[in-house]
Amino acid sequence: MVHFTAEEKAAVTSLWSKMNVEETGGEALGRLLVVYPWTQRFFDSFGNLSSPSAILGNPKVKAHGKKVLTSFGDAIKNMDNLKITFAKLSELHCDKLHVDPENFKLLGNVLVCVLAHHFGKEFTPQVQAAYQKVVAGVANALAHKYH
Amino acid sequence: MALSAEDRALVRALWKKLGSNVGVYATEALERTFLAFPATKTYFSHLDLSPGSAQVRAHGQKVADALSLAVERLDDLPRALSALSHLHACQLRVDPANFPLLGHCLLVTLARHYPGDFSPALQASLDKFLSHVISALASEYR
Repeated sequence: MVHFTAEEKAAVTSLWSKMNVEETGGEALGRLLVVYPWTQRFFDSFGNLSSPSAILGNPKVKAHGKKVLTSFGDAIKNMDNLKITFAKLSELHCDKLHVDPENFKLLGNVLVCVLAHHFGKEFTPQVQAAYQKVVAGVANALAHKYH
Repeated sequence: MALSAEDRALVRALWKKLGSNVGVYATEALERTFLAFPATKTYFSHLDLSPGSAQVRAHGQKVADALSLAVERLDDLPRALSALSHLHACQLRVDPANFPLLGHCLLVTLARHYPGDFSPALQASLDKFLSHVISALASEYR
């Protein structure tokens, strides 16, 4: 289980509170689809994914990105309880969506890059380290119910 | 898949912009790696890893020089990095699973310092370039 210190929790929640979840979600999902094009396999119904600008401008990508990151926000509120928090979503990703858990790690790291891009100086090595713990915890929690 | 012409152009353009600061960023990437992925420190028990350490800076410069060499020899990475691969495999014996961790922290460092340049397309090209470097570095392991 992941254990967060008080400092780590504070760093994570403080940065999260300054974030535009809708924009960041779309950006993170979009960049995932650009940097790792095979992840597009889950989004055949999304329409035009033919170029980086098409992907980042795609309204379905933005909407879905917002959904994903809003859910991530639940992690931020439940950092000591990730496995329970994501139990149902884990079942969904396994049984209905058939998503390889490797993708959770990819998205987690893309999110970290987006945060660095957005927050610059504020995204210190210490803040990054705390976020790496969060994304790893979320990835593990989402994979936990796989069978 | 080999790096496309666009990938090479983007990577080279960024590297030109980094100029003589590659060492600074490689050092920051190392610091981020040690903090975010503490197990990586096991390879550096002989170094002072405290903040601002001159030894980490020196090591960062070594990493930077290797990356700059890679940028110069994009058409021939396996050969360009063969000696370094041999070193990491036989002498240093670093588990290759660690290379992507440093690669990721390098991306984070560049995103943080060059927000105007860190477009999705550049991120994709850089990520591809680093994965080719990592492949070349792991090529002599067995």
